[in-house]
Amino acid sequence: MKISIETVEHVANLARLYLSEEEKAEMAQTLSSILDYMDRLNELDTTDVPPTAHIVPIKNVFREDVVKESLPREEVLKNAPEKERGFFKVPRIIED
Amino acid sequence: MNLSELTIHEAHELLSKKEISSEELTKAVLDRIDKVEEDIKAFLTIDKERALEISKKVDKEGDFSNPLAGIPVAIKDNICTKDLKTTCASKILANFVPPYDATVCEKLKSEKAVIIGKTNMDEFAMGSSTENSGFFATRNPWDVDRVPGGSSGGSAAAVAADECIFALGSDTGGSIRQPASYCGVVGLKPTYGRVSRYGLVAYASSLDQIGPITKDVRDCAIVLNAIAGWDEKDSTSVNLPVPDFTKSLVEDVKGMKMGLPKEYLGEGIEPEVREAVLSAARVFENLGASVEEISLPHTEYALWAYYIIAPAEASSNLARYDGIRYGVRAKDSDDLIDLYKKTRSEGFGREVKRRIMLGTYALSSGYYDAYYLKAQKVRTLVKADFDRAFEKYDVIIAPTAPTPAFRIGEKTGDPLKMYMSDVCTIPVNMAGLPAISIPCGFSGGLPVGLQIIGKPFDEATVIRAAYTFEQATDFNTKKPAL
Repeated sequence: MKISIETVEHVANLARLYLSEEEKAEMAQTLSSILDYMDRLNELDTTDVPPTAHIVPIKNVFREDVVKESLPREEVLKNAPEKERGFFKVPRIIED
Repeated sequence: MNLSELTIHEAHELLSKKEISSEELTKAVLDRIDKVEEDIKAFLTIDKERALEISKKVDKEGDFSNPLAGIPVAIKDNICTKDLKTTCASKILANFVPPYDATVCEKLKSEKAVIIGKTNMDEFAMGSSTENSGFFATRNPWDVDRVPGGSSGGSAAAVAADECIFALGSDTGGSIRQPASYCGVVGLKPTYGRVSRYGLVAYASSLDQIGPITKDVRDCAIVLNAIAGWDEKDSTSVNLPVPDFTKSLVEDVKGMKMGLPKEYLGEGIEPEVREAVLSAARVFENLGASVEEISLPHTEYALWAYYIIAPAEASSNLARYDGIRYGVRAKDSDDLIDLYKKTRSEGFGREVKRRIMLGTYALSSGYYDAYYLKAQKVRTLVKADFDRAFEKYDVIIAPTAPTPAFRIGEKTGDPLKMYMSDVCTIPVNMAGLPAISIPCGFSGGLPVGLQIIGKPFDEATVIRAAYTFEQATDFNTKKPAL
């Protein structure tokens, strides 16, 4: 599978990444060669094989809805790059 | 003998008899770090003051009934430690100080173990050499021009260099076993679900598992006892009784049936590694086990399916690093999307970006069926190989890695070559099985690891086989000359 620079740009946008021109070229080349190997999986007939998403057969795991103490607000905000009056601060989202 | 060279059980005996104090032991380990760390670079953070303070407290309380009480431990830097920096060796988390402990750390603390620091790793556990650390590379204590393996390279190197008494690592595709093999120590990946993942920073959630890296098999059983068990906070942990694994420290493999898969001894496996594993098989036979060649036909496909599944899960798990709630935020962004993109582009290293891109691609519209669904189906086939083998055999023995430790820089230019170094360990994660790596020989002065793979939740048999081999040989007593 040959990955084009356009595909790299599209996927980078989905992944919320900026890539330099040099990175894009490198990424197109390595992704192409990795995906060539992945295509070897097509040697296997998996028509009737069910997928395994998870090795442990767990269905929904429920617990009682018990009120417990949560982390104090200061603790939660301690690692925030920017905060203001007890909130995480983000750039303006709604335009004027 | 320097106290830092002690195993857990040796140190425990001396502590119990009050022949040494935890403070002396902790100081010995910290002195050892002072002496060799410049060459090894196993640690990202050394928590010297607090470690000494805790060791003094444990001494004062004077209760050493717990086997880990007063014992210095190093923790891989993707396992959250309350009030102690946890970076995953990534610039994006360079300043992250968790407000809570991972369940395993809570358990170690309640056993009164002394956390001395956080160990280096490949960024977000993505790599096989610890060269992908966002900060610096760790070196192999047996040859400082070689890698310690990865991604738990810091933990394995710290144990091998006596910079701690034991360590915790995490294993998604071999990240405990492969570095244990390269550094000549013992590393166990428990069955998926055996140990809580709460507080382990997620890489590939359906594959990740925390486990011990230790100086011998007895220590490995002791640590597994301490960290295993169901946890309400991890819905994928399994609520099964946890046996006392030290009861499996029995020298007896008589009648044990062992499978030796031919796919793990073929092309790409270095002759000295093959020879060491075949000698190990003969050791087992002489001790009364039977060893037969078997086939796990989907072995090679497991590698390629893994490099779809793990990046796919990673691309989703790592979406949380957005520079909003924690971590490092990029400066001067125009808007929210720009802030996300700048933060992630500046914060993630090359291999992490590569895997996020690969995973995003595999999950993107139009490619999901061809790659992700296909890989999950292949995962079923990989698991079925093992299921079939375990109908007849108690354990499977194989090399842990195709070669001994490679040179620093040897594979950094070629990701595919790097990925191949996990070919013997990845299938085990895909099937969720327990497996240990123990020293079984040397190749050109470098340690070689034997992998013993068990049935789901049958760590006990894995430990029994490993212990029997260790007692019958002397590979684990060899130390690197530092």
